[in-house]
Amino acid sequence: MAELNQDSGKQGKGGKVRAKKNGGKVDLTAMVDLAFLLITFFMLTTSLNKPQAMDVAMPDKNVETDRKDEVDIDERRSVTLVLGSDNKMVWYQGVVTNPLQGPTVVDYGKDGLRAVLLQVKAQVPQQTGGKDVIVVIRPSEKSVTRNIIDALDEMKIADIKRYMISNRIMKEEVELLEKENIYND
Amino acid sequence: MGKAKVKRASTSIDMTAMCDVSFLLLTFFVLTATARQPETLTVDTAPSYSQAKLPDANLAIITVGDEGKVFFSMSDQNVRVETLRSMGSIYGIEFTPEEQTQFQGMEDFGVPIRNMKELLKMDPATRATVQKGIPVDSTTNLTNELSSWVKQARLSSAKILKNRAIELGKDPDDIDLLTVAIKADANEKFPSLNLIIETLRNQKQNKFSFVTGLKSADQ
Repeated sequence: MAELNQDSGKQGKGGKVRAKKNGGKVDLTAMVDLAFLLITFFMLTTSLNKPQAMDVAMPDKNVETDRKDEVDIDERRSVTLVLGSDNKMVWYQGVVTNPLQGPTVVDYGKDGLRAVLLQVKAQVPQQTGGKDVIVVIRPSEKSVTRNIIDALDEMKIADIKRYMISNRIMKEEVELLEKENIYND
Repeated sequence: MGKAKVKRASTSIDMTAMCDVSFLLLTFFVLTATARQPETLTVDTAPSYSQAKLPDANLAIITVGDEGKVFFSMSDQNVRVETLRSMGSIYGIEFTPEEQTQFQGMEDFGVPIRNMKELLKMDPATRATVQKGIPVDSTTNLTNELSSWVKQARLSSAKILKNRAIELGKDPDDIDLLTVAIKADANEKFPSLNLIIETLRNQKQNKFSFVTGLKSADQ
């Protein structure tokens, strides 16, 4: 293709203009640089664009009766996290009126929730003779989505097998949050 | 001792092949990249360590943000039309073929079904300003429009996939169900999120995904 134009020189007014023979080499460095830059850009944007998904399964609900199923479980197995405002929560083991451990305020960091989870995960089977811990995540009205996602994340990291999100917060738990001053807007 | 003369190699390399390959790759990535549609309600999702990716197809996303505004989007264009039609018959609104085509091209929306016709008439660029969210409450009645949208989207998706399976001669009962995902703003308070979760649970959609951002490995 490139050679096609080179003949044009010979057709002048008889004058023999010698077609300038261009060197076959073009410096492609800049072009390759640009191409690779664009490749990198498109590669990163296509794969990083996809958002992550966190799968959640809620317990089945009896819609017709909306019966508040109270399942009796060993109080030593149950650990409840009451999510409050200001990125803090209160956790306790057992029942709220007479907790076996806690209530203690912790945050969502590595030394906060994760340490608690790892601790109860080791403790509970010893206390109950091999039964694993059940964690109930109970977000209060003042908690935000970030808190729930963080809490679910920590369940995965600490490898807690049984956990659930419950939206039936108890009056005592709200009082607990108010007392700890983590029930603010 | 004769000094061996070091042969000076030419510094220029033939880059033609490299250039060819890189442009081939470039073309590939440009063509496979899907242009991201601008969202009507932009939310800032909370990051998580989750490695799972959101599926591309057969997906419905409920977006919630900005003090409880709820938006809905469906990934599949055929599901969109089918859902709009069945929503119209439930709420007694007839949508013209032009309106259905408009709806097909609409990525997400957040208006009550009564205002859907007005929204579809509008210029796509000005739509964002009038959308105040889909009505949602704790009931399963028609007043909970989000509940109807999700239900019709699920039914439409199943219907379309079933028909496709029959056409291809596969088992019509062996289809993927619609994935429902919640995309909530990180600073959205729990009550508005709870309404959506309860809406899903009331129609036995007990499994859903939270759309999250990526958090780097260990912080």
